[in-house]
Amino acid sequence: MAVSRNISVSEASRPKLPRHAKLKFDETRQVWVILAPERVLAPDEIAVEVLQLCDGVRSVSDMIDQLTAKYAAPREAIATDVVAMLQDLADKGFLTEAREKTS
Amino acid sequence: MSDILTDGKAATAPHDGLSVLEQRRSTAETFGIPLAVLAELTHRCPLQCPYCSNPLELDRGGTELTTEEWKKVLTELAEIGVLQIHFSGGEPTARKDLVELVQHASDVGLYSNLITSAVLLTREKLSALADAGLCHVQISFQGNEPMVADRVAGLKKSHEKKLEVAKWTRELDLPLTVNAVMHRQNLHQLSDIIQMAVDLDADRLEVANVQYYGWALKNRAALMPTVAQIEETSRIVEEAEVRLKGILAIDYVVPDYYALRPKKCMGGWGRQFFNISPAGKILPCHAAESITGLEFLSVRSNHSIAWIWQNSEAFNRYRGTGWMPEPCKSCEFREVDFGGCRCQAFALTGDAGNTDPACTLSPMHEQIFKQAEQEAASDNNRFLYRNFAGGTLEAEDKHGA
Repeated sequence: MAVSRNISVSEASRPKLPRHAKLKFDETRQVWVILAPERVLAPDEIAVEVLQLCDGVRSVSDMIDQLTAKYAAPREAIATDVVAMLQDLADKGFLTEAREKTS
Repeated sequence: MSDILTDGKAATAPHDGLSVLEQRRSTAETFGIPLAVLAELTHRCPLQCPYCSNPLELDRGGTELTTEEWKKVLTELAEIGVLQIHFSGGEPTARKDLVELVQHASDVGLYSNLITSAVLLTREKLSALADAGLCHVQISFQGNEPMVADRVAGLKKSHEKKLEVAKWTRELDLPLTVNAVMHRQNLHQLSDIIQMAVDLDADRLEVANVQYYGWALKNRAALMPTVAQIEETSRIVEEAEVRLKGILAIDYVVPDYYALRPKKCMGGWGRQFFNISPAGKILPCHAAESITGLEFLSVRSNHSIAWIWQNSEAFNRYRGTGWMPEPCKSCEFREVDFGGCRCQAFALTGDAGNTDPACTLSPMHEQIFKQAEQEAASDNNRFLYRNFAGGTLEAEDKHGA
């Protein structure tokens, strides 16, 4: 029911895109897009990078470690930004929690 | 139907890394290829709704594009940069090849949406559509209970069937939009319809007041709401939007006869949308064929879809602002609403190049507003049902129940 869709993102979460949200590179316009019902959204570079890590297997904690290593920035700062961004995407319905039984 | 693309009200918070693509890449200057296209696969439909958005002159089954022709169209759309395809009708599930077409849309990378009355679907069929990659299902409802809903649809047991299919949709983990077309004879059910959408676990609800052209114009006297109903409707929708934030997104289409400004129909003629009729004509909107004197080219012509979009006379006739007469020409809102709806201007004034009378600045506005009020106050509740025979008037004893 509706409750399951409003996930709360923590470092332990393993988010992924729900089936109705598709991340894709639009060759014609040369931009990344998220396709959703009745909408096409253009995520920025950072959002694209984070969304590509959301495979339902990787935990948010792993993602933060990966980004911390890549950008040689303080883990705490990256963690705050990543969790906030993911929570925002989740609130808008573009992220869901991986289920035990993955489809 | 509401605009295919969001106007940017949602998903524009500064820190989420998202922006609405249509806003960034406005097609106003470039006439870039639309992000989404409506494919009306057929005009055949088991329902007979008196406000049907199909034209009065319906395309017969024999004129419909074949499976191979639709597949070629889908491939071409994907190649020129279309991202989403809405399979609509008539009733798209009346096409026996729908699963094949959805699969083909998936294969060429199109995001697919099914806009359906649901009454012809079985669980197996819906499951096959999901397996073929269908991304989203939109089901129309005519009310919140069978008495009103089945009468409006002109089909017994239709409401019960829709509820069943909506449940299957969510069981298959497909996102669901409930589309409720509202008018004088069902607006009293709005609160219950909103609750029904929540109970069905829908993601979105479209509360769409009837737009009056084609079949709906013929039925205007039986459908036109009262001003009091519209005020109550707006209040109910606003309250529900707050209460259901995060649970159910509500898109509200106001009845423009009672508005001050006309709607930005289709986001502006030939600006960000086209649809393809069952027989393959490329149209600026699904009602455009009601405008006489415009020649719409077909995918069966020797022109590409992109050429028709960019160069055909029908698309360029009312593009931008250059075609506008006064009061639009010097109006500060001319690029906000693009003069409103061409089909409505044609239906009510006889000239598609006039200002949409829904606008208070139109010399005809006062007249149509008064007419709407009079019709709303009348007790003419009898429907003219939509069909291939030019419509059938509802039996004398059935209406106004």
